[in-house]
Amino acid sequence: MQTLLDFIQNNLQQFYIVILSVFLGIEVISRVPSVLHTPLMSGANAIHGVIIIGAIIVMGEAPSDNYLVLILGFLAVIVGTINVVGGFVVTDRMLEMFKTGKQASSKQVKEN
Amino acid sequence: MQTNILSLCYLIGSVSFIIGLKMLSHPATARKGNLVAAAGMAIAIVGTLFLYRPAGIEFHNYTWIGAALIIGTVIGSAAARKVKMTAMPEMVSLFNGMGGLCAALISIVEFGHIAQDHTAMHVLSIIAGMIIGSVSFSGSMIAYGKLSGKITDHTFRGQHVFNLVTLFVILVMGALIVMGYFAAPVSVFCIILALSLGYGILFVLPIGGADMPVVISLLNSFTGIATACAGFLYNNPVMLTGGILVGSAGAILTILMCNAMNRSIKNVLIGSFGGTTAASGPAGSSEGTYKEISLNDAAMVMGYAHKVIIVPGYGLAVAQAQHACHELEKSLRENGVEVKYAIHPVAGRMPGHMNVLLAEADVSYDDLLELEPANEQFSSADVVLILGANDVVNPAAENDPASPIYGMPILEVGKAKLVIVNKRSMRPGYAGIENQLFFLPNTSMLFGDAKDVLQQLISQVKAL
Repeated sequence: MQTLLDFIQNNLQQFYIVILSVFLGIEVISRVPSVLHTPLMSGANAIHGVIIIGAIIVMGEAPSDNYLVLILGFLAVIVGTINVVGGFVVTDRMLEMFKTGKQASSKQVKEN
Repeated sequence: MQTNILSLCYLIGSVSFIIGLKMLSHPATARKGNLVAAAGMAIAIVGTLFLYRPAGIEFHNYTWIGAALIIGTVIGSAAARKVKMTAMPEMVSLFNGMGGLCAALISIVEFGHIAQDHTAMHVLSIIAGMIIGSVSFSGSMIAYGKLSGKITDHTFRGQHVFNLVTLFVILVMGALIVMGYFAAPVSVFCIILALSLGYGILFVLPIGGADMPVVISLLNSFTGIATACAGFLYNNPVMLTGGILVGSAGAILTILMCNAMNRSIKNVLIGSFGGTTAASGPAGSSEGTYKEISLNDAAMVMGYAHKVIIVPGYGLAVAQAQHACHELEKSLRENGVEVKYAIHPVAGRMPGHMNVLLAEADVSYDDLLELEPANEQFSSADVVLILGANDVVNPAAENDPASPIYGMPILEVGKAKLVIVNKRSMRPGYAGIENQLFFLPNTSMLFGDAKDVLQQLISQVKAL
């Protein structure tokens, strides 16, 4: 029991962040129209690519002669970057189509 | 000074993620929201590269990092640009798997470091990040394979129990490592890693293709949590907020998707085991007679109808026929026919997927009907043209409790005077179940690839 309390006390700031972020995530998403489910999932997918920062830290701190760590870290940075860049580009492509669709319909309205 | 600037970078990153997600959930601001989040990410990454100096240790291996960043950027952007709109869901799944793999790799490396100094918190973050990351990785790869048709559903007897036991073993071994029970934890760590990868595969394999979007959304949420674990490990606020934000938003999104399909999350994850076996029975047994309609007749009834409602489905997406579909809509309009589209919430393979595809072909937003308004209008329609949709118009969802899709709201196309179904063959749809709609008296089948059929319909309608 004492260890658990100490554990919470020592990481109090993180626990605050976690709990507030949970509510924030729920609040931010809860009224999204179903049309946007796929782009939103894809956007969220890109955001968790922030894991790349961890991979960069691993690489930056790795001793230059520890090849196992270097190779694993190298792979981690590559896949993390794919997640970030690919995620944002794919989301942008999806949303770009929504935009052209809208412009086309507003153009039609003007023509009418 | 440097650390202060870095903290500011992380703060900007965190706030931009929140604002970005918020903007992403409104159609008008969605695209900007994505850019805001991307900008925040760039600031956080660049900040880390040049300002991260814990305890004064200089960063090295810049060449390696730079090379990896460039390779990742090239692969990621090439894949994202090249992918066809129809293959979007599997691409998202693939990227999600990459994030999971990244989390797992970080945990593996960090586990090698904990020999020197470690707290229970560190070990817990590492183990949790490794387990969740690898489940997310292998699960996403299976989801990718399933969506792209490389892997089929697979179950064996007692798989459900087997999965639960595997999960239990993983959790117990993980907990024992955290409590410092093992003298040589490395081998145990490897066993947990292997079991987690296996669990991800077993967890996704039996789930039906129709439920795959829900699974991807869930795995997306998992990767978010794995990211947050790494955030705990490095005491890094931007990873923590980003990860938890995606974790909770992904969980809510999963539930919203389930609601759109009227499925409970429990049904998706566990019910699938019963569902696939129950489905295989009727699929083979029910043989009815169906009518075919010629292209000529189809063009005729549509061209002289008052109102046509088009129901696009995955078949349309596969055939890349969204542009041809828009052409048909235009030529019918020229004949004075009222044309609407009925979009099921899960038409295509993901919620909103069909809207994206039709938007690509410049179909006007005003002509897209959602489920409820569409169901009100079917009775006033002369012709309903179903293009490669199957499960979303299957009456079994309403009247067959044994069906795996029972309870899912469907488009009640049977209310229309005439239903024309375009399919490539009589093969059952994505969920692998027979569709009684095809055997109804007012249904006629029009076999062929959606694009070919549409193009011939267009020329026939124009000739009327």
